[in-house]
Amino acid sequence: MGDIVIRIVDLKKSFDNQKVLDGINLEIERGKITVIIGKSGSGKSVLLKHIIGLIKPDSGEIWVDGKEITKLSEKELNGIRLNFGMLFQEAALFDSMSIWENVAFPLVERTRLKKEEIKRIVDEKLEQVGLLEHANKLPSEVSGGMKKRAGLARALVLDPPIVLFDEPTSALDPVMSLTISDLIKETQRKLKKTYVVISHDIIGMFRIADKVAMLSGGKIIAYGTPEEISVSKNPDIKEFLDASRIKEIGGQNEKR
Amino acid sequence: MSIYSISSPLRKFITELGLAGLMFFECVLLAFKRPLKINYIVKQMEFVGVKSLPVVFLTGTFTGMVLALQTYYGFRKFGAEGLIGITVALSMTRELGPVLTGLMVAGRAGSAMAAEIGTMRVTEQIDALVVMSLNPIKYLVVPRVVASFFMLPVLTIISDFLGIAGGYLIAVKLLDVNEGAFLNRIYKYLEFQDIYMGLVKAACFGVIFSLVSCYKGFYTRGGAEGVGRSTTEAVVISCVAILVADYVLTSLLF
Repeated sequence: MGDIVIRIVDLKKSFDNQKVLDGINLEIERGKITVIIGKSGSGKSVLLKHIIGLIKPDSGEIWVDGKEITKLSEKELNGIRLNFGMLFQEAALFDSMSIWENVAFPLVERTRLKKEEIKRIVDEKLEQVGLLEHANKLPSEVSGGMKKRAGLARALVLDPPIVLFDEPTSALDPVMSLTISDLIKETQRKLKKTYVVISHDIIGMFRIADKVAMLSGGKIIAYGTPEEISVSKNPDIKEFLDASRIKEIGGQNEKR
Repeated sequence: MSIYSISSPLRKFITELGLAGLMFFECVLLAFKRPLKINYIVKQMEFVGVKSLPVVFLTGTFTGMVLALQTYYGFRKFGAEGLIGITVALSMTRELGPVLTGLMVAGRAGSAMAAEIGTMRVTEQIDALVVMSLNPIKYLVVPRVVASFFMLPVLTIISDFLGIAGGYLIAVKLLDVNEGAFLNRIYKYLEFQDIYMGLVKAACFGVIFSLVSCYKGFYTRGGAEGVGRSTTEAVVISCVAILVADYVLTSLLF
């Protein structure tokens, strides 16, 4: 086993008597892409928001870099959060700011860098995601895929050691899905950071994942490499894989 | 006694009051903490103040005009037309100026605040701030409350002046009330305190409506429908709270 950066121990959370997370145990390795797969409504987003302290669990522990974060105050959590970047499901760009200002925002607010330096970094990140020519547009003026790419640039702009992705390819056409997942893979290979992705897009994610965890019924029912998961005999996994027609993709991968 | 033995609407009310109180407390603390975010405050001042001018202009003028018309009807019966000026002036500065400005700005700017912050909540923009280790209260609530606190008195002064001017227009120019009597009594009987206390009330109304609106927006749940609900509640609660606070403040201040 590699170096563990996030360790989740017996995490439980209910909303209005409905159990969403029912004892999650998961260890996420440093410098890898870990994808958490699950159906819509299986509590993936809730799990991700626990990792960054947006939601407090009913019970259980979350260790980030050797620190237990579930009982920290908001002030202490803010210190931990500096290690994180996050790409939200709908990108969550600030509507009142241009794409450029959105990407620059963490640098302006969190660092003491000079203007020229900020400009250099932001332009570089926007170049990386191919948005430089759209930098001055408002989020409402660009497509969903562009928003996600801008959100990705914003999540990466402070070079955080851990980046969380909430459904990075949902609501995108297949081509844009591939573009985004390739972009995720590419930036991760370049920067060697820890990426945690939640998604129900099994096809797209198996292409980029180092590790896959399957979330179902509030528990992690399988955890392993994409190859291990795709040959699993577990009926829940099989059902999910069949529904996504993963076999075709798996076949192509084997030929390569 | 457990909190759960209290009936649920009452419990909800107490919880909301507590959360809003906490938000107010945090707001006051953060307002004096560096960085002050002056540019955010100035932007909100423009929105709350400058952009409210047309609506304040119209309500102030017409209220003064109708006041003159109504008091003329009453005062003429016992030959007291000369008192119209001071009646309009006192009504505007002590009561109608601050209250009407508060209500109109709550309707205009408060609804926008609740809708904007509510949308930011449901589209996870507030979470995005938190994830960047930035306090959303500091970035979203403080500038709006501070701007409203400063701008409501300014708007009220304008409303007071326009109301008296509107009254003058109707009484003196239309109804032939003696101009000297109208203006003289205002000089003689309108005290600085009447204006000043009205402005104190206005500042309080500014804090009330902006805090209620930000609070409602901040705790929005449930997508577009939730934003609509928050916006409606923000305006209704702001207006009711302004009227209740008006009575309390008036009985305390005067």
